[in-house]
Amino acid sequence: MLEIKNLVVRIEDKQILNGLNLTVNDGEVAAIMGPNGSGKSTLSYVIAGKEDYEVLDGEILLDGQNILEMGADERAAAGVFLAFQYPLEIPGVGTMTFLKACLNAQRRARGESELSTPDFIRKVNGAADTLEINKEMLKRALNVGFSGGEKKRMEILQMALLEPKFCVLDETDSGLDIDALRIVSEGVNALRAQGRSFLVITHYQRLLNYIVPDVVHVMSQGRIVKSGGKELALELEASGYAEYRANEAA
Amino acid sequence: MADIANLRTSAETGLSALFESARKGFASEDKISREEAFRFFEAVGLPSRRVEAFKYTDLRAAMQEASAPAEAPSLEAARAAVAGATGFAGLDAVRLTFVNGHLVRELSDLDRVPAGVTVTPLNDALSAGHALLADLAPVVQARDNPIYQLNTAFLADGAVIAVEAGAKVGQPLHLRFVGTQGEAFSTATRVLVSLADEAELTLFESHEGPDGIAYQPNDAVDVTVGARAALRHTRLNEEGDKAIALSTISVRLADAAHLETVNLVTGAVLSRHQIYLHFAGEAVTVVVNGAAMLGDGMLADSTLLADHAAVGGVSREMFKTVIDGEATGVFQGKIIVRQAAQKTDGKMKSDCLLLSDAGQMMNKPELEIFADDVACGHGATCGAPDDDLLFYLMARGLPRPVAESLLVQAFVGEAVEAVTHEGARDALIGAIEGWLAARG
Repeated sequence: MLEIKNLVVRIEDKQILNGLNLTVNDGEVAAIMGPNGSGKSTLSYVIAGKEDYEVLDGEILLDGQNILEMGADERAAAGVFLAFQYPLEIPGVGTMTFLKACLNAQRRARGESELSTPDFIRKVNGAADTLEINKEMLKRALNVGFSGGEKKRMEILQMALLEPKFCVLDETDSGLDIDALRIVSEGVNALRAQGRSFLVITHYQRLLNYIVPDVVHVMSQGRIVKSGGKELALELEASGYAEYRANEAA
Repeated sequence: MADIANLRTSAETGLSALFESARKGFASEDKISREEAFRFFEAVGLPSRRVEAFKYTDLRAAMQEASAPAEAPSLEAARAAVAGATGFAGLDAVRLTFVNGHLVRELSDLDRVPAGVTVTPLNDALSAGHALLADLAPVVQARDNPIYQLNTAFLADGAVIAVEAGAKVGQPLHLRFVGTQGEAFSTATRVLVSLADEAELTLFESHEGPDGIAYQPNDAVDVTVGARAALRHTRLNEEGDKAIALSTISVRLADAAHLETVNLVTGAVLSRHQIYLHFAGEAVTVVVNGAAMLGDGMLADSTLLADHAAVGGVSREMFKTVIDGEATGVFQGKIIVRQAAQKTDGKMKSDCLLLSDAGQMMNKPELEIFADDVACGHGATCGAPDDDLLFYLMARGLPRPVAESLLVQAFVGEAVEAVTHEGARDALIGAIEGWLAARG
């Protein structure tokens, strides 16, 4: 599904990713854990196509195609989805208008026909019910006045509607209470399927109780330094990141 | 300073000659003090950047030649011009059609004016000595304004619209101003709108004209709003791309009167829309919004004066300017709170979205407060579309131009949302979408 080879990335004068290699297989849920400043969020932005980052070397292959050549919108149409750590508020842009514009832009880019309004509304309502999203929220401007938990649920709603191939969840658990964490996780789990993979970025093992990963990677200093099964997350929870910080110091 | 008379520009000399020839056609006994107005104008001339109120909009430099006042068009020419008019088209409204500044009765709905409303063509009102003419120039400060005085001096046509006490007029009135192809011309129209106590009226005003011609419309709307009466006014400037479009709305408001006025500018190489408000009565509420979408070479000026003279007035002013290419936006807003106007609550805001590096925005907010128990504030912002917002939208699959358009719509939409009439609001949104589509 996704293969990252020797990715070297800089922002301004600071090199953040230092030859990162990572493979996420079809249908797999991969977790990335790591201390603050290890480059996790940078990795998510670079996959999604944020322009502030300078890719010095390496490639990111989605089903064999190097997506580094593509704009953020083209990557989205190709099936990349980033659930933002801090979803942005966009005053004046109605949530439904936004959702429909995104869905149809992606469909157009893929040469598919646009969704009819009744089909679109049915789809949104279905996804909103699953995520326990109040219909009143859908009538408001995108994310404006939403609580942290509501914003994260809105991210997962977008993911459910857009049906991406490769989903990056950037610290989706941050700012969520236990109930919201459960709802969001159930929303994600419902989308787990063959043909769709997830990269779940988190500081804490807690999220991985809800979204159980197939594989856990540890990131430090802009590289994957250790990979293992889901038990690796439990080990990290117990021992902390000291071992990896020690490596950093060395 | 003594040599000012020698420095008259070609346009100023032209205006004097045009006035001399036009005055012969004016009835001497009517109530318009054209002579006085022109002498006032002649004394100050076309305002240049040296005049504080015109610091950013140098009319003297912009108006190189004065165009002759337009003759009334033939019915055929008027029909042709109106056929292509799009402003508020399709909305159910009673239309008063002005072509080149002349009321075309055949293309107006004078015979189906709603109950409670009377519409009198200005020239009929002048010859009959209509009682409401006493309400002309309802805000005193406008009388010191050269654009308004020029309108008075050359005043050629217009209408008097009276809404009787208590009449809640459901059907909107539409003042439709259209220009014809051909030679450049100038216009001077005045529409007087008088709402008696507890009357309500929705008024649309659209301005359109041909591209490629430096015509010079000068349109004024004088309004008096009676006690507990409400006027909702939506204005659309889609003038031709070479037009120098000058306009003034002056409103005097009685106790608990309400005014909503929203102006959208997408046209004219240079436009200046002047808003004079006199809060004469207590507990007046006012919403004044403006939005301007400016392409290369354009200048749009919104100049506002809100004179709070009585207790408890509330005013909300929001101006949004979108600048693309080498264009200039100007906002001048002055709030006066007189000593008697305690408990005044005035908030004024001007925001600018710069889509190019070459654009510029000039903001001049002024507060003159003589009362001690008031809440007044102003703010101004200027910036490019937010990169993080753009990325968020693009990461959901929206191509950059679409994402940028969405942000622009959201930005100006805030000013347009204040329009109560749904059809008029949609018409403004449509004009904004049209501007964005043309931008590509």
